Amino acid sequence: MLRGNESVAYAFKLARIDVFPMFPITPSTLVPERISKFIADGELDAEFIPLESEHSAISAAIGASLKGARVGTATASQGLALMHEILFIASGMRLPIVMGIGNRALSAPINIWCDHQDTMAERDAGWLQFYAESNQEGLDLILMAFKISEDKRVLLPSMVGLDAFVLTHTMEPVDVPEQEEIDEFIGKKKPEYLTLDANNPATFGAFGSPSHYMEFKYAQYLAMKNASVVIDEVFSEFTSKFGRKYSKINEEMMDDADIVFITLGSCTGTAREFIKMKRKEGKKIGLLKITVFRPFPKEEIRKALKGKKVVAVIDRNISFGFGGAVYGEVAAAMNGMDESPKIVDFIVGLGGRDITFNTFEEVLSIAEKAMNEEVDEINWIDVDKEAVEKEEII
Amino acid sequence: MRDIMYEVRFHGRGGQGAVTAANILAVAAFREGNYSQSFPFFGVERRGAPVRAFTRIDEKPINIRMYVYNPDAVVVLDPSLLDVVNVTEGLKEDGIIIINTSKKPDEFDFDYRIATVDATAIALSHRLGSSAAPIVNTSILGAYSKAVGNVSIDSVKQAIMERAPAKKEENAAAAFEAYEKTVLGWEK
Repeated sequence: MLRGNESVAYAFKLARIDVFPMFPITPSTLVPERISKFIADGELDAEFIPLESEHSAISAAIGASLKGARVGTATASQGLALMHEILFIASGMRLPIVMGIGNRALSAPINIWCDHQDTMAERDAGWLQFYAESNQEGLDLILMAFKISEDKRVLLPSMVGLDAFVLTHTMEPVDVPEQEEIDEFIGKKKPEYLTLDANNPATFGAFGSPSHYMEFKYAQYLAMKNASVVIDEVFSEFTSKFGRKYSKINEEMMDDADIVFITLGSCTGTAREFIKMKRKEGKKIGLLKITVFRPFPKEEIRKALKGKKVVAVIDRNISFGFGGAVYGEVAAAMNGMDESPKIVDFIVGLGGRDITFNTFEEVLSIAEKAMNEEVDEINWIDVDKEAVEKEEII
Repeated sequence: MRDIMYEVRFHGRGGQGAVTAANILAVAAFREGNYSQSFPFFGVERRGAPVRAFTRIDEKPINIRMYVYNPDAVVVLDPSLLDVVNVTEGLKEDGIIIINTSKKPDEFDFDYRIATVDATAIALSHRLGSSAAPIVNTSILGAYSKAVGNVSIDSVKQAIMERAPAKKEENAAAAFEAYEKTVLGWEK
């Protein structure tokens, strides 16, 4: 029985991280607490580096990773936002750091609860992004992220999102693999890149003038493409070793579905139970969970949505002036496809607003309407619109 | 073990251990071969303020992750909450309410099955907390086991030994004493 933060900490321990630079922030503070206890109890041989900010924590992670260490850290929300400029340096320098995120809303107003705004805002930072539905997935994905990130075809950092409180503070059964199994699965880190080594001097973080900069970026672009292949390999190896199935997108009840709900993270389970209930009433709804958001599984999504009538994208974020980030990506993935389904966006659960069966009832009623008539492109659910519009509208 | 999900809501005050109680109940249920899930009402913790925590128990894996809106049982760790919180909100018709109080069930006016136990006195007799801030969460779990019966007192005691942050023996003994002293209002 573990809380989500403990899943992350156990995964770091099983991966035998060498260095854990940290700055604590709600809701992920329990991760460094547990790591420091593992080290104090002699269960983990790692360097615990408390720093004065998240900006410094991720900077220290870069330094340690450059030395060839296996590095983990954890943060959330404002902490991740404070890391922003350094995230690009980690990916640009091709360092396989793995970070656990307690997905939490961004200020203002100040809010410590769940949504995906923090990681979606770092979508373009060049990190792989995974979203966990459960604490088990949180543990498994962190472990797999090390193997994927450290693969020499990839060498990019990864972030694994666990929804604030809904996972980070929820206790549930988690199958923790044996240390020997993980030693065999991930192996000891052999840095497949130049490291800080006095005997083999090299320059790191060098200037990239216009004559060279684009080639570095093209290399990252190719590495992300490679990541797509490596993720499939690692997921399938994990499944054969540990029995738990992972894929970039997870399709359920899709064969005869007219309407498809697309979800990320912890609301997937509630959506699954809702859809099962509705299927008993004869409603043909399917569920598509996105586990890997970067690299975005375009081909898999195109294939899964072919022939469907309406796609309801459940977005726990908002890109102001556009709509939900997942909606934008799904719509782009369908570009040029014959008979593309109608794609409708739903903004839900921002700042920890509970996502319930009622939420999905409202989503479904709009999605059903979209089968035969025009509906709004972007739909805010569970919001007191009148109260806002009274004050805000022209 | 039961064929449908059982949902519990704990009402306490910050510092009383309501969240730990929810976690220990989930561990106890898990030990008996169930699936379980426990979580706090996600908030900013303040000592003394009303807090809520939840446990779900099922024989199947638990998918849903919303708050508990219609609990099968509510557990009240602090009787003073009865005046400020609507503790029976959403409680199912055949639900059970378990109260830490020195009163008897028939002194309350709820249209539900009521179980009472003086968890404060029991906790203090086992030197758990101080009279100003008694730690009643393990005692009240003994009452839960007696009143609801879907988790045995042995499993509760084992879960306490495994999970209580301190004074494990005293906490387990308090739970057992509370189990024996709980008064079930529906058993005349």
